[in-house]
Amino acid sequence: AMDTDLSSQDRKDLDKFIKFFALKTVQVIVQARLGEKISTRSSSSPTGSDWFNLAIKDIPEVTHEAKKALAGQLPAVGRSMCVEISLKTSEGDSMELEIWCLEMNEKCDKEIKVSYTVYNRLSLLLKSLLAITRVTPAYRLSRKQGHEYVILYRIYFGEVQLSGLGEGFQTVRVGTVGTPVGTITLSCAYRINLAFMSTRQFERTPPIMGIIIDHFVDRPYPSSSPMHPCNYRAGEDNGAIYPSVEDSQEVCTTSFSTSPPSQCVFTVTKAHFQTPPPVVTDTLKVPVMGLAFSHQLSSSRLSYQPAALGVGSADMGYPVLFAGGLNAAHPHQLIGPGKEGGVPQIPSQPAHGTQADQERMCTPLDGVHYSAATPSSSEDTETVSNSSEGKCGSPHDLLETIFIQKVGAFVNKPINQVTMANLDIPFAMFAPKNVELEDNDPMVNPPDSPETESPLQGSLHSEGSSGSSTGNTHDDFVMIDFKPAFSKDDILPMDLGTFYREFQNPPQLSSLSIDIGAQSMAEDLDSLPEKLAVHEKNVKEFDAFVETLQ
Amino acid sequence: LSRRTRRCAASGITPTMNCRAEVLEVSVEGRQVEEAMLAVLHTVLLHRSTGKFHYKKEGTYSIGTVGTQDVDCDFIDFAYVRVSSEELDRALRKAVGEFKDALRNSGSDGMGQISLEFYQKKKSRWPFSDECIPWELWTIKVNVVNLANEQERQICREKVGEKLCEKIINIVEVMNRHEYLPKMPTQSEVDNVFDTSLKDVQPYLYKISYQITDSLGTSVTTTMRRLIKDTLAL
Repeated sequence: AMDTDLSSQDRKDLDKFIKFFALKTVQVIVQARLGEKISTRSSSSPTGSDWFNLAIKDIPEVTHEAKKALAGQLPAVGRSMCVEISLKTSEGDSMELEIWCLEMNEKCDKEIKVSYTVYNRLSLLLKSLLAITRVTPAYRLSRKQGHEYVILYRIYFGEVQLSGLGEGFQTVRVGTVGTPVGTITLSCAYRINLAFMSTRQFERTPPIMGIIIDHFVDRPYPSSSPMHPCNYRAGEDNGAIYPSVEDSQEVCTTSFSTSPPSQCVFTVTKAHFQTPPPVVTDTLKVPVMGLAFSHQLSSSRLSYQPAALGVGSADMGYPVLFAGGLNAAHPHQLIGPGKEGGVPQIPSQPAHGTQADQERMCTPLDGVHYSAATPSSSEDTETVSNSSEGKCGSPHDLLETIFIQKVGAFVNKPINQVTMANLDIPFAMFAPKNVELEDNDPMVNPPDSPETESPLQGSLHSEGSSGSSTGNTHDDFVMIDFKPAFSKDDILPMDLGTFYREFQNPPQLSSLSIDIGAQSMAEDLDSLPEKLAVHEKNVKEFDAFVETLQ
Repeated sequence: LSRRTRRCAASGITPTMNCRAEVLEVSVEGRQVEEAMLAVLHTVLLHRSTGKFHYKKEGTYSIGTVGTQDVDCDFIDFAYVRVSSEELDRALRKAVGEFKDALRNSGSDGMGQISLEFYQKKKSRWPFSDECIPWELWTIKVNVVNLANEQERQICREKVGEKLCEKIINIVEVMNRHEYLPKMPTQSEVDNVFDTSLKDVQPYLYKISYQITDSLGTSVTTTMRRLIKDTLAL
């Protein structure tokens, strides 16, 4: 380290410049992916707080994340700051789009003046960054986000990981600035294989499901961010429901929201098939309200096929395992071929975790393991005993079906209207069609990730599958007992549990029924010309109103 | 990008300077000319503008803040960032508008070029007029195409958008070379280096000029808004 040549003041200044340069870099990148046009004002009088003489706003959450990632360090050789931009569809599929890298190499420029030249060149580099962030493919994608997908960012510090970008990714160099301690390099590696993600494709398909913005979209200014309506369309094109909790197999991603970090939602686990991810510094967990029903270890995803395409072959992002050796004759079996159009049946035994499930299945004669079965609280207890008798195949016969049911926040659908019919899973026609949606709602019951212990000791089972003699689909899933974590013990009545039971089967919102939905859409379209005529008539009023706003 | 080095010989007093020159070429539809030109010019000027200087007593100065904003193109699938300065935007739009009109009215095959030149002023004693010494010259060669139908236009929107992305990357590459930039001037010299007439930002002194060429490449109409005073005149 030959920085004895650098005065200590210069060194301090340089470190400060680099630190704030890194923070501003992150701001520019993230702001360029918000999907909005950015605009800041020039000010002829220096305000003293505008680093590098550029008006770049500081979104607090972003600064917070960046500082967390840097953890007091500065980019150095082998320690790069990376901002990963990825796209996440409303079905939960995600894809890395870009990695922006701020790196340092050893090439030093001793002669350069820190406080002057370096500073100005860093300013120039930020301007270049502003320009370049608008010309990579992700920019256009980010401008169109909201309906079918959102753009997410993640900051990490350490080794650059480009493997998630797919083959043939391209690199663009934003610029370099030599300093006495090394050369700062800013570049972007971006995926070019966006074939199936072309924006045009998104434009063609109708909006599937609104996205709950709070959890995913960056809302730097709570009052000014764009709000997308959560327009839920009932019926067959409703397979996609946006989970609020990341699939447990995803690499940890941060979502950015205006809510305090504790409410940000995201995964902790790392996908086993991915290359070792970089240091994960943003692991924010959902405060699980304790509704994690263990059968939720369903964690594979059913991918959504747009209604227009009809039921196609399931495109399972993750392995889906079915219980083997079980058939419809055993309604209480774990999973597997049920009847038409549905989801694999919920395991009929309570389970405490993936492991527990399997164990239980393999040792059916161990007796009843239901820790919380209190018959008094359930309306139907027959299945409890039945399941313990359930035949259990050999371990490798026993597979778990994992699935995530994605339900929107405002979904209130009677079970039989739910998308079961259109979920594309193997053997879908055999799966029971009656599934208690809310039980599978990841928002209500986030899937357990292997690392976390399910605090819940509740049990949930299915009364029967399609073979059920009762025509009452709503009763198929009955809670024996419900012990949400973090709630009081079972001596006292549980508010949460009561609430849950009471509101298990709320009536469907009339505005959300498909007929009405489709109808009103058609009506809306028809009435457009009239509406336009009316608006034209009132144009003066509108103009006056606009005037008052200016 | 082709790169030519032009020597602008000065009077005996000042040393010879190299003026680096960059040439960009685009093919666009008539209605895309303005937006394409503005995108390129604004991107260059973004890099060649600073905040307003405020000189203080001891010879030091502070620099104002430059704001930026996104601009969406209407006729091209493209967006760019420009400096937040209405004055600057107006000046560029005026020049580009004239260029576009000249292109349209020239009756040529729709080829022309618009140049953005950065220069320094060198004050001379009477009777010699001030010299303008260019230090960077950007030339955008434009070829206007005519399209037959809507489908072609849609493709053109996208293609030109992609091309402009490439141009922005090229511009940024040049900027990153950190080649010659005028020294930061003292208060008395600031008007020789920067355009201090705008109220919110301070670009380097610049001139915009354009030429319309016929299909043979010779200059049919040379319309220069501001002439480059070549110091060779001496």
